[in-house]
Amino acid sequence: MSQFTLNLIFIGLSFAVYIGIAIWARAGTTAEFYAANRGVSPVMNGMATAADWMSAASFISMAGLIAFTGYDNSTYLMGWTGGYVLLAMLLAPYLRKFGKFTVPEFIGDRFYSGTARIIGVICLLIISITYVIGQMTGVGVTFSRYLEVSNSTGLWIGAALVFCYAVLGGMKGITYTQVAQYVVLIIAYTIPAVFIALQLTGHALPQTGLFGTLNGTDAKFLTTLDQVVTDLGFKSYTGHHGSTLNMVLFTLALMIGTAGLPHVIIRFFTVPKVSDARKSAGWALVFIALLYTVAPAVGSMSRFNLTSTMWPGAETGQTFSQPAVSLDSIQNDDDKQWMRNWQVTGLLNWEDKNGDGLIQYYNEAGAEQEPLAAAVAEQNLQGNELTTVNNDIMVLANPEIANLPGWVIAIVAAGGLAAALSTAAGLLLAISGAVSHDLVKGALNPNISEKGELFAARVSMAVSILVATILGLNPPGFAAQTVALAFGLAASSIFPVLMMGIFSKRINKQGAIAGMLAGILSTLVYIFLYKGWFFIAGTNSLNDVPAEWLFGISPASFGVIGALINFAVAYVVSNATEEPPLEVQELVESIRVPRGAGQARAH
Amino acid sequence: MSDRQSSNAYWQANLKIIYICIAIWALVSYGFAIILRPLLSGIKIGGTDLGFWFAQQGSILVFIALIFFYAWRMNKLDRDHGVDE
Repeated sequence: MSQFTLNLIFIGLSFAVYIGIAIWARAGTTAEFYAANRGVSPVMNGMATAADWMSAASFISMAGLIAFTGYDNSTYLMGWTGGYVLLAMLLAPYLRKFGKFTVPEFIGDRFYSGTARIIGVICLLIISITYVIGQMTGVGVTFSRYLEVSNSTGLWIGAALVFCYAVLGGMKGITYTQVAQYVVLIIAYTIPAVFIALQLTGHALPQTGLFGTLNGTDAKFLTTLDQVVTDLGFKSYTGHHGSTLNMVLFTLALMIGTAGLPHVIIRFFTVPKVSDARKSAGWALVFIALLYTVAPAVGSMSRFNLTSTMWPGAETGQTFSQPAVSLDSIQNDDDKQWMRNWQVTGLLNWEDKNGDGLIQYYNEAGAEQEPLAAAVAEQNLQGNELTTVNNDIMVLANPEIANLPGWVIAIVAAGGLAAALSTAAGLLLAISGAVSHDLVKGALNPNISEKGELFAARVSMAVSILVATILGLNPPGFAAQTVALAFGLAASSIFPVLMMGIFSKRINKQGAIAGMLAGILSTLVYIFLYKGWFFIAGTNSLNDVPAEWLFGISPASFGVIGALINFAVAYVVSNATEEPPLEVQELVESIRVPRGAGQARAH
Repeated sequence: MSDRQSSNAYWQANLKIIYICIAIWALVSYGFAIILRPLLSGIKIGGTDLGFWFAQQGSILVFIALIFFYAWRMNKLDRDHGVDE
């Protein structure tokens, strides 16, 4: 059976399951559409949250980010998991007790202000739309790589599928498809990882294999990896090379950004009780950790496999004991077929610069160090000859590099699609809820009937899918910068305002609005100063290099400073103006205790 | 008024649990995995040191334990103060 047929079967089967669930889970009321009637068990919700949260970036890109940087990029591992501790203790239970449907609705009620609610909607829309573009691009790329259709055909197929279960089923349909998508993506991620950990270290668990002994040697795997990469002039894998301040701030920005992402927060509105919201955050993190503790093993082991493919001597830690891989081998050998496959996509490339028939892979910036300097002189190297290695191929090419059977490759394809589609659906639900519930019902037409609102929710979902698809077809130049933007905004606007709304009775309308605006604007300006105004290339006022950053703070980490500005401004302005009305103070009292949450179902 | 007082005591107890959990949360991630890593570099684990393990495995496991501990402790607190569901 050809690889193409296998891919078609696995992707087709997974899609049939999603559509079956969509038909079974049709939504008939707004409570079902926005919050799955608050009937989702905490474990199920944890699994759905994990699929919702783990996007194409987690599935495809994260291991590659760790592979080529090593320890310094542990920020992603801690940052994208630590936020759930904050969610479980600082936000989720109280927002569930509040018992409404959207994040801006809480901001509007707690700060008794339509203006605050609209600012909340705008933040939510910017965050979710920038985030969804990346998912749609990921869907297009995966389809075109594995089903041999054009990028745009792939995107439209994905959009049609999301349309089926998101528009029909709302939160209810999305929740149960996300559970199925989680199962697909975790199997797809784990199987190749287990095979590779067994090959390299003899451990079936990648988490312990990472710290195990390299097969065929007496040395630890990580020690050998450090040795091999430093031999080739790269920075050591386990060492700390960047700025400690930025590592701390970036991790914190990712953590509070995660806790402030609206599409994650609304998942906790679907469980029956306040205690379930706490527990559910724990389950979500368990399911996320199944991938996140495997990712560093995948990253380091695929880096090792890539390096020992290029320098066969590296397999035992003796990097220069054998000549580099030959051009002839890359072009003809069966076990190098994956290199030819990925060269077609442009994500991998090589060039025999010194014409010796060998492809020498090394870091030019470290060429003065021994033993690389000796090798450069002896072999007359004219520069690194593995000219392109894209981060993203580390996960996608993993099964091929390790010579795993065709069905594993097909599962990885289905898993990549599941990761992108489940996140896209969650984001689209957050967007349509903000439009139909906060804008249409909250501001434009408060007397709209339940049926009318449900229809408005479906229409806004359909329009969001269309907009996301069109943006995915023509991704704006700033697509790569959107992670910094989405997390920066979530950290500097939504997280602080929600937290103050729960933990302080004194923060009032004026304080919240001033705080949110100060947080968002300072963060946007700082990002634009270094990344270009509205991300238009060349319009940046300052160079995006550490030497020019204010106090050495990178634009991606600035969300933390934005959040501090938000807290400070809200505190000062609130204390200079009158206390919130008594009924708002009682609202705060009531969301702080769990009793009575069940009644919220009647809404 | 007794209701308000008991809910105040409940809230103070909740805040105390949160402070403890946040302190541990920060200690394992910002502490052991980043800032204190050089101090812990003497403790070797599988070809590297304890700080590396906390950065790539340990802190995530501690996060999970913290959330379940918080959920369990709060269920008990809810019952003790009569505010459970």
